Amino acid sequence: MTSLPTASPAADGHQKKLGLVIDLDTCVGCHACAVACKEWNTGGHMAPLTDLEPYGRAPDGVWFNRIHTFEAGVESGSAVAGCGASRTTHFPKSCLHCETPDCVTVCPTGASYKRAEDGIVLVDEDLCIGCKLCSWACPYGAREFDTDTGTMKKCTLCIDRIYNKNLEEVDRVPACVMVCPVSARHFGDLGDPSSNVSRLVADRGGFDLMPEIGYKPVNKYLPPRPARAVPVAISTAPAVSPPANLNLLARWADRVLSR
Amino acid sequence: MHPAFSIIFFTTAAGAGYGLLLLLALLGPAGLLPDSRAFAVVSTGLALGLVAVGLLSSVIHLGHPERAWRAVSQWKSSWLAREGVAALVTFLPAAIFAVSWALLGRTGAVAGASGIATAIGAVVTVACTAMIYASLKPIHQWHNSWVLPNYLLLSAMTGAVLLNALLHLWRAGRPEFDALVLVLIALSGLAKEGYWTFIGTIPAASTPETATGLGRWGRVRFLESPHSEPNYLLKEMGFAIGRKHSVRLRLIARTLGFTLPLLATVLALGLPAAALPASLLAALAVALGIIIERWLFFAEARHTVTLYYGATTV
Repeated sequence: MTSLPTASPAADGHQKKLGLVIDLDTCVGCHACAVACKEWNTGGHMAPLTDLEPYGRAPDGVWFNRIHTFEAGVESGSAVAGCGASRTTHFPKSCLHCETPDCVTVCPTGASYKRAEDGIVLVDEDLCIGCKLCSWACPYGAREFDTDTGTMKKCTLCIDRIYNKNLEEVDRVPACVMVCPVSARHFGDLGDPSSNVSRLVADRGGFDLMPEIGYKPVNKYLPPRPARAVPVAISTAPAVSPPANLNLLARWADRVLSR
Repeated sequence: MHPAFSIIFFTTAAGAGYGLLLLLALLGPAGLLPDSRAFAVVSTGLALGLVAVGLLSSVIHLGHPERAWRAVSQWKSSWLAREGVAALVTFLPAAIFAVSWALLGRTGAVAGASGIATAIGAVVTVACTAMIYASLKPIHQWHNSWVLPNYLLLSAMTGAVLLNALLHLWRAGRPEFDALVLVLIALSGLAKEGYWTFIGTIPAASTPETATGLGRWGRVRFLESPHSEPNYLLKEMGFAIGRKHSVRLRLIARTLGFTLPLLATVLALGLPAAALPASLLAALAVALGIIIERWLFFAEARHTVTLYYGATTV
């Protein structure tokens, strides 16, 4: 059913909400999460992540992770020009596994569904008729249509890793979390207030994307920490001049190279 | 939003078909339409044909048309499923109405009751089509209270213009019908102007600042795209129409969809000798004008995902 599931709390009474916490302070924009995600998922639960013309003139393909880059605080002076207080922020974006997402309820066939036990939003590829309505209903662009299979594809939160008994316990996290070189992505149960991810959100002031839409995203984003003031204005630094005690060869080289 | 021709054709053709069906089903059994088997068969056939071709076009739009039958199961939550159910259910009374009124020429209880059921089904189906769009929160130009009245009025208007052309073809035009067409064109035109004024003046709640949550640092500017080539999101949701073209196309939609048919119908009303060519001209103009109007309905709709790709407003 594409109606949202009724609450099914765990034994200790809390409703499990698996999701990600993404730290915009530490993300360096390396795209490793996107690549690792593509690599795992093209053989995973929602495989394949079709690429069309991968080496052609206009490559196109399905990805569950996209890393955008924004400049925040434009009016405080551009970071691009090398001065000013605006902030360059790398911004990884994947499915937010919302609590009340319309991408599930608009589905006419029951292909799009939200799991009662952990809140993961999935697509049943055998039921999908490829009407694309769920992708229209997602404000975040988390769903991408596979024109080759004629069905909709989306992030599975690596459902085939996080419950996979064939993997070491330390590896039972989404591929994007495992690969991140700066630990900017954290995986856990956001329905449990004592979990690592819930504490991170509480400590760092984690926030929702587009709360005005009202889908109540489970994934949270951690804001960049305040910038440190730059002490020296680069343009007023003295020009570099060679020290006086250079030997003959070095003085000759300096003279030749200075012409 | 990408204006897919299959969907534009579906909403306009099925809209006109249901509008015509609504009028035939109410007016026919009441004895207000010409007592002619040929007229009844042609008009009912045109209405059901437009509906069937439109629905077929919407099925072809799917990635898996062979699975279309699954699309009626989730009527509890999905407006698309409700539309499918309403469309299929409406065929039942419509078939009874077509046989009893159009084929057998009856105007009794069976034709009357099935006609009323058909009329209700037609209105409900068009309302479901409108709600598919009006329920989508990420698209400000669709998620508003102007969309439903626009779809209902434009469906009734296009159906009425078609009916009027058929009536004049059978030399059975009546000033009451010309007047009904005038009223529907005027109301639809006002609803469309209201819609255009709304999307032109009321801004969407979502901005690059809310989309990224980075508004606390000030204004947010898109710096670098995640990918060098357009992906599905940009092809489907990132369709952009230049403001200049938008203004010109609105002018064409206004002229062909509303002004010209309005003037033609006034002419038909005032000068019965010119009624036939005038009503045919009105039907032709409306057909073209409403297709452009529907193309604009998609092309002018801006999805919040574009905020992640450099759009400053949606």
